[in-house]
Amino acid sequence: MELKQATAGTMESGDIMIQIAPCEKEGLNIDLQSSVAYQFGDQIRKVIVETLEGLGITRAEVHATDKGALDCTIRARVTAAAVRATGKDVWKD
Amino acid sequence: MKRLRRTMMFVPGNNPGMMQDAYIYHPDSIMLDLEDSVTMAEKDAARLLVYNALKTIDYGTTEMVVRINPLNTPYGKKDIEAVVKAGVDVIRMPKTETAEEVIEVEREIEKVEQELGCVGRTQIMAALESTLGVVNAYAIATASKRMMGIALGAEDYCANLKTQRSPEGMELLMARQTIVVAARAAGIDALDTVYSNLNDMETFRKEVELIHQLGFDGKSIINPRQIEIINEVFTPTQKAIDKALAVIAAIKEAEKKGSGVIAVNGKMVDRPVVIRAQRVIDLALASGVIKQEDIA
Repeated sequence: MELKQATAGTMESGDIMIQIAPCEKEGLNIDLQSSVAYQFGDQIRKVIVETLEGLGITRAEVHATDKGALDCTIRARVTAAAVRATGKDVWKD
Repeated sequence: MKRLRRTMMFVPGNNPGMMQDAYIYHPDSIMLDLEDSVTMAEKDAARLLVYNALKTIDYGTTEMVVRINPLNTPYGKKDIEAVVKAGVDVIRMPKTETAEEVIEVEREIEKVEQELGCVGRTQIMAALESTLGVVNAYAIATASKRMMGIALGAEDYCANLKTQRSPEGMELLMARQTIVVAARAAGIDALDTVYSNLNDMETFRKEVELIHQLGFDGKSIINPRQIEIINEVFTPTQKAIDKALAVIAAIKEAEKKGSGVIAVNGKMVDRPVVIRAQRVIDLALASGVIKQEDIA
């Protein structure tokens, strides 16, 4: 799927900022910054990967700056960034 | 038991931190806002955030309301699709002026509900924020069987009226009374507008006492600090509860004996007195200050 660079989310507490960009390498390359990465890093990465794969995105560079987001917020922000990166309409598709 | 709607707390739909914490303050309803608190550039992201929050966060028995964008914007239909799919309790229509607008929103809700197989699940409330909206209050209140309430939106209303809000609220009196009368005639709830000066809790309390006296069911709020005052004003006093219980006991006794007019503490008790007493008891029960076994 063709991607352009896109961002969603904020740096406020309880949120996560997601930046998606095209990637030369295979797969989803995730760079995660989080003060709780030691405890929840694997879970945050898992939600990012599942959400992107669910939208058919399997190759991308993802920068995530987490400020203590819940899983539902991560899903929402990754979806918003992906929609902006691809133009896909998640409500109709 | 009647659902309490003393406090309907606005939460910006693009602020996940506030959305996840709103429940801990125990407002009766939480209103996630996709309209004025969200910039045009963030409408898509806020819609996804609200959808995922509604699907995931356990808000317990709190009523979940979403204020959508109007249907004459590029966002309204998508808002409805998202929040109905997420299982929202109530859609709040902003700036409602005519019954036709309610019917149009109902049509959009029904399309999504038909797809999901849950026709009739989503309720509607309308905010009246203009003179035309207030003039059409009863037609709006009765436009759909999904209508659960009408609310005043005072900031836009005052601008339309060519005045501004005062601490006494005289400029809102007619709108407030029109809304309560229309809501009561339609058998739905009446909700008052927000009070946004958090540094003046004394005037806020006076406003809450006024709208309680006018007959409103509750008020939209913008901060959890406002909840306690509203609950205090809307919860019946022990004296009022005792009086109501005495009235109900006396009427039950009279029914047993087959007698007509009765008196409690030397005052005649007729139908309006009984209705008021029953309302006090319902509110006391819903507020948790008495229990069902206290009534028997």
